[in-house]
Amino acid sequence: MASTTQLPTAPSPLPAPVTTRRRPQKLGRSRPNFLGGLGGWLWLAVIIVPVYYVVITSLKNQAGFFTSNPMLPPAEPTLDNYKLVLENDFAKYFTNSLIVTVGSVVPALFVAFMAAYAIVRGKGRFLSWTNNVFLLGLAIPLHATIIPIYWMITKAHMYDTLLALILPSIAFAIPVSVLILSNFMRDVPNELFESMRLDGCSDWAMMWRLALPMTKPAVITVGIYNALHVWNGFLFPLILTQSPDTRVLPLSLWTFQGEFSVNIPAVLASVVLATLPLLVIYIVARRQLLSGLTAGFSK
Amino acid sequence: MSSTTTSPQRALGVEHAPGTRRTLEKGPSGWLAVPALAFFMLFAILPLLGVLFLSFTRWDGLGEIKLDGLSSWNTVLADPVTGNALLVTAKIMFFSFIVQAPISLLLGVFTAASQKYRAALAVLYFVPLLLSSAAVAIAFKALLDPNFGLGPGLGLPFLAQDWLGNSDLVLFVVVFVIAWQFVPFHTLIYQGGVRQIPASLYEAAQIDGAGRVQQFFNITLPQLKYTMITSSTLMVVGSLAYFDLVFVLTAGGPGYSTRLLPLHMYLTGFKANDMGAASALGVILVVIGLALALFLQRLGGKNRNASQLEGA
Repeated sequence: MASTTQLPTAPSPLPAPVTTRRRPQKLGRSRPNFLGGLGGWLWLAVIIVPVYYVVITSLKNQAGFFTSNPMLPPAEPTLDNYKLVLENDFAKYFTNSLIVTVGSVVPALFVAFMAAYAIVRGKGRFLSWTNNVFLLGLAIPLHATIIPIYWMITKAHMYDTLLALILPSIAFAIPVSVLILSNFMRDVPNELFESMRLDGCSDWAMMWRLALPMTKPAVITVGIYNALHVWNGFLFPLILTQSPDTRVLPLSLWTFQGEFSVNIPAVLASVVLATLPLLVIYIVARRQLLSGLTAGFSK
Repeated sequence: MSSTTTSPQRALGVEHAPGTRRTLEKGPSGWLAVPALAFFMLFAILPLLGVLFLSFTRWDGLGEIKLDGLSSWNTVLADPVTGNALLVTAKIMFFSFIVQAPISLLLGVFTAASQKYRAALAVLYFVPLLLSSAAVAIAFKALLDPNFGLGPGLGLPFLAQDWLGNSDLVLFVVVFVIAWQFVPFHTLIYQGGVRQIPASLYEAAQIDGAGRVQQFFNITLPQLKYTMITSSTLMVVGSLAYFDLVFVLTAGGPGYSTRLLPLHMYLTGFKANDMGAASALGVILVVIGLALALFLQRLGGKNRNASQLEGA
């Protein structure tokens, strides 16, 4: 990151006889890479064709869908399908998704941040054991636990409530959040903590006044990562909710598909509508969203 | 810094007040980690033990839970569908790895370069990341329709197959759709990895006259070793979690041809109402996941962070 165009520090014995023939050029790839370019455009086709198909089909009326060429845009585009989806409680499912996402991500970030702070700054057997529990949690396919979770949720009379989705989602977001936040927190110079300590700051104050501002990008990144997972989550809603009142967006796509199976354009309009919020975020804040997606896996 | 007020301690030869000193050594209280730990224990570790317990019971999901010894295990292990689910899982794991890994690696290298058109392509490459698995599955179900999908649209008869109804083809269709959804994520990981390779390595190689292919094999690939391990681990362990996509796309069918282990667990528990057997399948899933993660971790070597610094 820092040393992209640094000059070689060691004196090179041969001051590049190569430059006699070539003009000094921007380092990187010299000739255009035709094969790579071809592959790149090919993959673009693989990605774009399904997206294109979904969008144009969602604008067709049902008769047009059955008669026109599937890969051509509709002669008379219509928004009726979108109207149908919106009339079928789309706003309610959207709100449910929003409540579950915010309700899971904010508490998860809060407790994970405190845990990461304690693990990085603290000592002792308990904290290292805690850290190992979270690391173990990363390796376990956690959805194998859906049956006991279903059991617990029904026992606690929370079946078919939004809280039933929120509680396990918080728990499942914690290991990866703690791991990434503690990775970033280790980079905060120790001297800063010590000087604040000398000024008489408590750990609680240092956590919010020093550690949080210094790791804010990581907190945002982890927040986005978790939010995407909860927003697009399907398994918990499938097993823990039932009624339309608690339905979230991904599940609504599935039930909508069941109810309107003949009306493919309307089903695809629901896909577009459900993706639209994330697409807007992608357009507005692409960098943050993408760095949130890999959430420090490439750090 | 703040020595004006601490002169009494100075005189005693102590830097800070004794109390402060002690907390400095001890660091923050472990209580800060308790809320996160409690949540995780309650909704992840406890259920993990619960799945083991329930595998020794008989329960239809509504009534009473009755201890039933090993009968669920006997059912699950004697059922040929379990073996089939394991086989389907292994196949999908294998094929999606050999499809996704090279494509993501090459696309990661491709998009990490500085050309403008590549940056523009990358913006579009990442669009699948925005879609939920349910959305992807529904989109492909329509697209792969032999009458109203891609095949008739492009006028290519070989694309107008009953992709999701043909038990010989459907596995590869699932692998393709999984790749479509997850390659962008791994591309992103590789792109980040490639961007961390010091440019000086390429400069040196260019001075030595190394061509593009040589640079790829002698610099890019070795430097990406740890990125590859991360991405491969996520790919392999992640393939135990392909539930929602396959559930909406094929529901495990036709027949049992795409009934993956997690899907088999769900259908056994919530459709056949045999929670005991489903829990036994859950235990198998946990064991396989743990074994794979540990194996891949071992493969990658223990001292990852140290050697990574050495490489850069």
